Amino acid sequence: MKRYGEHRFPGKLFVVEGIDGSGKSTQLMLLHQWLQAEGYGVVFSEWNSSPLVRDTTRRGKKKQMLTPATFSLLHATDFADRMEHNILPLLKAGAVVLCDRYIYTAFARDVVRGMERQWVRELYSFAVKPTAAFYFRVPLEVAMKRILEGRNGVKFYEAGMDLGLHEDPEQSFHIFQGKILEEYESMIAEFDLTTVDATLPIEEQQAQMRQIVKAKLTQAKRLRVAP
Amino acid sequence: MRETYSVILPKMDLTELSGRLIVIEGTDGVGRSTQIKLLRPWLEQQGHAVLDTGIKRSQLAARGIQQAKEGHTLGRITLSLFYATDFADRLENEIVPALRAGFVVLTDRYIYSLMARAIVRGLDPAWIHNVHSFALKPDATFYLRIGVDDLIPRVVFSTGFDYWESGMDLYPSEDMYESFRRYQTALLAQFDKMAEEYDFTVIDASPDVRAVFERLRAGISRVLKGEPRDPLFAGPPPQLAAQDRDGNKSASMEKGHRPRAEK
Repeated sequence: MKRYGEHRFPGKLFVVEGIDGSGKSTQLMLLHQWLQAEGYGVVFSEWNSSPLVRDTTRRGKKKQMLTPATFSLLHATDFADRMEHNILPLLKAGAVVLCDRYIYTAFARDVVRGMERQWVRELYSFAVKPTAAFYFRVPLEVAMKRILEGRNGVKFYEAGMDLGLHEDPEQSFHIFQGKILEEYESMIAEFDLTTVDATLPIEEQQAQMRQIVKAKLTQAKRLRVAP
Repeated sequence: MRETYSVILPKMDLTELSGRLIVIEGTDGVGRSTQIKLLRPWLEQQGHAVLDTGIKRSQLAARGIQQAKEGHTLGRITLSLFYATDFADRLENEIVPALRAGFVVLTDRYIYSLMARAIVRGLDPAWIHNVHSFALKPDATFYLRIGVDDLIPRVVFSTGFDYWESGMDLYPSEDMYESFRRYQTALLAQFDKMAEEYDFTVIDASPDVRAVFERLRAGISRVLKGEPRDPLFAGPPPQLAAQDRDGNKSASMEKGHRPRAEK
């Protein structure tokens, strides 16, 4: 069992992180398009998407059965399944793997839910260290505005309603995301996250991202597959 | 006040858990559930309320684990974490509330089986210990110990060899018998190691059901009365008996499970 650290696989792993409304998924989608057009073998993996765990997570959330502990362990199970069956074999095969959210999401959310910081880090120590982890930094108010204008209400766990922070879901969401933001900020140095100013125009953020990714891929030209 | 193995889960109040947490451990097919079926009515006749629980019985994760196992596609880390989820759900929603209400909680396996399986599958012992470090320390763990040659006939003549209990995910090229033998031998070695580390009460599970039950009953009586253990059971277990393939036991197995030295 390998521990969190530099991997030696021929593939590359890029991940995006940030609070809801930071625009990270949009940026990853644009990066994905570009890499495909450039002819790389690209695979996308999303947080909380393992088919093996899906029914359990759905039931747990719907019936509000999840505690901070089971919330944390279930998401780790989901991640482990993707790691073992998807991400690792793909990196070994030389693919460019893109992850929308990675272990840092769990570190932020689980700690805000009251799990011990060190326990959660150790829990995910089987994860591969990304080639680059982009953190989309955005002020809370900006992200809130983007989210609350765009959809009709936030879900129970998304808003951190299980923590009893506030009886109003919108207020609870606000407090919860604020705490998550603090956790992210403290992780920038700890995990060497690449910070992107998420208040800049979309095109500008994407240009920065592509420049960094390109530099990491030059040493991996042999990964190129025929278009 | 109760203790955990280090981490305390959010909102878990460890005070006033007046019940007793009794673990029955041992490998697949050793007779744990048979014993629990006998222990429960015996405890109830004495006026104790009993909760019996066991691995893969949580409301949250039991069904999901079953489905995932049927596909035989579970990775070893995924498998371990799915079981840890099941355990956490039962700990928070069954075990702790029952202890608070003063029940005797009889659990068919505990974190030790989960850790043994993970370690045999090559996972880092430090990692799997950390995963389960939020578990409550039980009042007693009774380890039903058996050699692999005594175990095999029991399994063959009851349920037959099971894919996972035979470690077929680990040794897919072997036939079920060879695989079972290898896997269970490795598991037993892990249990023996943990018997020392976690201070299990070792019970020889090779005699008949009644004899094992008598010993378990005596051990549990002492726990419930708050008496110290029978010195016969204390101390580290002897080395796993070296047995040849014809089932001839070495001397250490014949002598039973006396402590090697005074503690």
